[in-house]
Amino acid sequence: MEVLTTLFWIAVAVSVGMAAGWLFLRVLATALPGRAGRVFRSAPISAGFGMLVILIYLLVAILAPAIAPFSEREVVGGQFLPWDATHLLGTDNLGRDMFSRLVYGARNTVGIAFVTTALAFLLGSVLGLLAAAVGGWLDQVLSRVVDVLMAIPALVFSLLLLTIFGTSVVTLILVIAVIDSTRVFRLARSVGMNIVVMDFIEAARLRGEGLFHLIVREILPNASAPLIAEFGLRFCFVFLTISALSFLGLGIQPPTADWGSMVKENAVLITFGDITPLLPAGCIALLTVAVNFVVDWMLHRASGLKE
Amino acid sequence: MTDTKFGQVSRRGLIKGATAMTAAGLILPFGAGGALAEPKRGGILRLAQGSGSTTDSYDPATWDSQFVQVLNTARCGFLTEIAPDGSLVGEVAESWEATPDAKVWRFKIRKGITFHSGKDLTAEDVIASINYHRGPDSKSAAKPIVDPIVEITTDGPDVVVFTLEAGNADFPFIMSDYHLAILPANDGKIDPTSSDGCGGYVVESWEPGVTARLRRYENYWKPNRAWFDGIEMTAIHDAAARQNALITGEVDVIDPVDLNTVALLQRAPGIRILSTTGTQHYTFAMDTRQAPFNDNNVRLALKYAIDRQELVDKILNGYGSVGNDHPIGPSQRYFNKDLPQRTYDPDKAKYHLKQAGLDSVSVQLSAADAAFPGAVDAALLYSEKAAAAGINIEVVREPNDGYWSNVWMKKPWSAVYWGGRPTEDWMFTTAYAAGAAWNDSFWDHPRFNELLVAARSELDEDKRRAMYYEMQEIVSNEGGVVVPMFASYVMAMSDRVAHPEQVAANWTLDGFRAVERWWFA
Amino acid sequence: MSKIWIMIAKRLGLGVLTLFAISIIIFLATELLPGDLARSILGQSATEETVAAFQRELGLDQPAHVRYAQWLWGAVQGDFGTSLANRRPIADLIGTRLANTMFLAIYAAAIAVPLSLILGIMAALFRNTWFDRGANAVALSAISFPEFFVAYILIFVLAQSGLFPSMARIDSTTTFADALYKTFLPALTLTLVVTAHMMRMTRAAIINLLASPYIEMAQLKGMPPARIILVHALPNALAPIITVIALNLAYLITGVVVVEAVFVYPGLGQLMVDSVSKRDIPVVQAVALIFAAAYVLLNLLADVLATLSNPRLIHPK
Repeated sequence: MEVLTTLFWIAVAVSVGMAAGWLFLRVLATALPGRAGRVFRSAPISAGFGMLVILIYLLVAILAPAIAPFSEREVVGGQFLPWDATHLLGTDNLGRDMFSRLVYGARNTVGIAFVTTALAFLLGSVLGLLAAAVGGWLDQVLSRVVDVLMAIPALVFSLLLLTIFGTSVVTLILVIAVIDSTRVFRLARSVGMNIVVMDFIEAARLRGEGLFHLIVREILPNASAPLIAEFGLRFCFVFLTISALSFLGLGIQPPTADWGSMVKENAVLITFGDITPLLPAGCIALLTVAVNFVVDWMLHRASGLKE
Repeated sequence: MTDTKFGQVSRRGLIKGATAMTAAGLILPFGAGGALAEPKRGGILRLAQGSGSTTDSYDPATWDSQFVQVLNTARCGFLTEIAPDGSLVGEVAESWEATPDAKVWRFKIRKGITFHSGKDLTAEDVIASINYHRGPDSKSAAKPIVDPIVEITTDGPDVVVFTLEAGNADFPFIMSDYHLAILPANDGKIDPTSSDGCGGYVVESWEPGVTARLRRYENYWKPNRAWFDGIEMTAIHDAAARQNALITGEVDVIDPVDLNTVALLQRAPGIRILSTTGTQHYTFAMDTRQAPFNDNNVRLALKYAIDRQELVDKILNGYGSVGNDHPIGPSQRYFNKDLPQRTYDPDKAKYHLKQAGLDSVSVQLSAADAAFPGAVDAALLYSEKAAAAGINIEVVREPNDGYWSNVWMKKPWSAVYWGGRPTEDWMFTTAYAAGAAWNDSFWDHPRFNELLVAARSELDEDKRRAMYYEMQEIVSNEGGVVVPMFASYVMAMSDRVAHPEQVAANWTLDGFRAVERWWFA
Repeated sequence: MSKIWIMIAKRLGLGVLTLFAISIIIFLATELLPGDLARSILGQSATEETVAAFQRELGLDQPAHVRYAQWLWGAVQGDFGTSLANRRPIADLIGTRLANTMFLAIYAAAIAVPLSLILGIMAALFRNTWFDRGANAVALSAISFPEFFVAYILIFVLAQSGLFPSMARIDSTTTFADALYKTFLPALTLTLVVTAHMMRMTRAAIINLLASPYIEMAQLKGMPPARIILVHALPNALAPIITVIALNLAYLITGVVVVEAVFVYPGLGQLMVDSVSKRDIPVVQAVALIFAAAYVLLNLLADVLATLSNPRLIHPK
């Protein structure tokens, strides 16, 4: 019976999500003029849903102080209070308002994850494509350095670095970005290698195109699909890295709310079937799914498939 | 000498009457059994603990985590043992006596104790075992507590004589320290890599950081101990994994229990929670040499700005009691009952700030869960409440890794855990005496130091009590340490496991001795 | 083909250099960490005197470069020394744990790799249908939960009901079948953690090729979609897929410390974390080198396979 009820609610959630996604697309398609409107008219519902979720997250992140009834650090009552009108989602282990912390968590977590992933991609894909395009000793040097860095397990490596350099938000972002960029580098290089042996690159080289032009105009567009797919995932991995680091006591400094640490703080409750830890984990999951739905759509458009 | 209640032991009794106390100590727990069944032999106890590292070893100089402490207490014997009621009984030592100035101590070694290897335990073994922790080349964590020993000699085949640099009435208590295991000697030296011991259990296998398997030692000299046929100890670091192992019946006892969910665990069928309150306390230690902590008014302001009851409720979930800014617990012999309990009072905190010439103050408080479970959360609650008094506490979460070497006594204000010591003198000497290695507030109070030395060799019970009362008052009012709470040891077990009605509180797991004191119902 | 062999030989040589570089980095990083073994072992009980005595006993009072040289000299001769903390030979310490780690990694990979390839290919085949979206959403939700949280949920659902043990304790007496049963939950956790990444890369790489003229040609010939994807698209999409699989396999060997902790599984990850926190440098070095070697070899394998899958790479112009 319980299974059926759960299935029923999942079905309801999916239908509501679909309807919202469809509505959102209609609104966009009608509101935006010309070409942009047409793009959205043809977009799948899943992409509409994804964009709607991302938009909501962005609004929540920007308007956090206006939305949250309490501050993220304020102790407002007893521990683990049940859901009620004042505390919409109850309170956490210290008596802080769960809903407010989730709202502020959106701002902190999404912000940090975005900056980190963007940095990692800038560094990783530029160097990776450069290595693929130039080849020779530059490729060798970069690849070997990346090999060395990647061969050290990421979690242990970040543990070492953060213990040495301290755990401010800036070092956290830099350390995760550098470690992540090695993964991006390898992918970018591997994709790039397959492209540089193509005939049109040969042609571009014979035309005497410069290196910058070659990378940005010829290689990047053809390498963008796997890179975009990777971006969608890497973005979400940052949450997980922060969560794992807080498992080792190295995450974001409290009392700043971030979803990764919030999952960690409440995780034990799941052992007793309490769903509180599912809330921050669910926030991460929903965003992950949403981002990747949009990524899929862009991937589809980039592939040039018409169906 | 029939009354062995900790609070009522006379000084003369402590020094002379060890044999009587031994008998009482052994009989008491079983005699008071009540609802619990008589102990019986049999079964393999599966015990899961939250500590244990792959770097653990047999070397008694390095025992630091609960896993090795429990393992080696099962494997080894000690000169003295702290009984469940907190009194001191003999173990390897049958009895002891001191000169009236408490400077020279004679321990009579019990006859008929054998090591697992079959070798008889002799006075030489005792001397080598204690000497291992002494001297310039000692790397032992117990070195500071055996440093006051000037000389150890034998007097006849079964008497060991300790000569101290100054009188210490509590010296036999010190000999119960978990580092000071009696191990077999060869040419006057013990082998720190050997697994031999004279305790109730023989180590069959030990994979450090994972599991240890022990079996009952068939020639163990204590008749009413070591009921289990064997012990299987597992290290489970993750709190949820520990609980799951107990719920699914894969282990019989877990320690510690995650306090956030202890209420939920209690509801699970067939599971019992056991908690003991003793000397374990959590502190926030300030470096009293540094501004602003060098001003006692600031220290007082900080002491008034913490809501102790909230911490006991939210961090300990009620498993503990509020502290009064000194390290002596309510169950201890000379606990100062007359000292008023300090409570959260932002107005008083403001008043003391003003006395220090300040309107507000900003300080950093370093914490990590390595300091004590929930330390970061405790610091956050502190910070929230202190804000009302104009005290801005910035909580800095430090890495768990290397907390004791890089943060504690290095940062100006940090969270600290103390297992506590069985005597007032031992606790004060360890962490509050001027110049002591672990004086983490770098505190130097002339009157306190004077009282400490005087009380150590004071013979009159009332005078001694008065001195310890005054010392607690001084630490509470002028010390550099905020002591918000005394934390209970909280364990959980399947209801197949039975234990005596009185469970020792000097350490967790019945003073590390659950494996030899408990049994299967 | 001889080009491939030359490449392998070159890469193995480079691999040895990589290991050497890593041994220096790890040694330096561990040195840079505040505190040393003596201080960490004695913990709260450390005093200046006892720390100094401990350091003398372990030879930690010698300068760093001397200690590194001593370690390197031993390592080159195949002697990785003994653990500083408990004097056990490192070979003993690592032996069973390495076997355990490899067992769990292979177990998880044996489930995850076929699963993600099949799901990825099907998602590409039925792209933009509800199957595609559903498989994606489920896989993505699974990886957006932190590992320990996935593990807790599995324990709650599958262990508390008594189907599987919540602890994966295996030793030398455990039979193979029993080991498979006992380590099912950790293997399943790891499967959930790595599947989404490989599945999505498979799907993306295939879809990326579907607009190529030769695929359109095949479609125009009336070839069935499944055949187009399996015979024409997949072989050309292999390079990025193999790279991602290699990355995830390396992760299964080197990155599973959290899963080990939750399931009380004695693998190398916990040994590494314990040794780092106690600054037991010889053990840290040995484990780091094993991890690095696994990584280097897997990547070499990935590159060889990727090269073989693309004739243009074998015969560059």
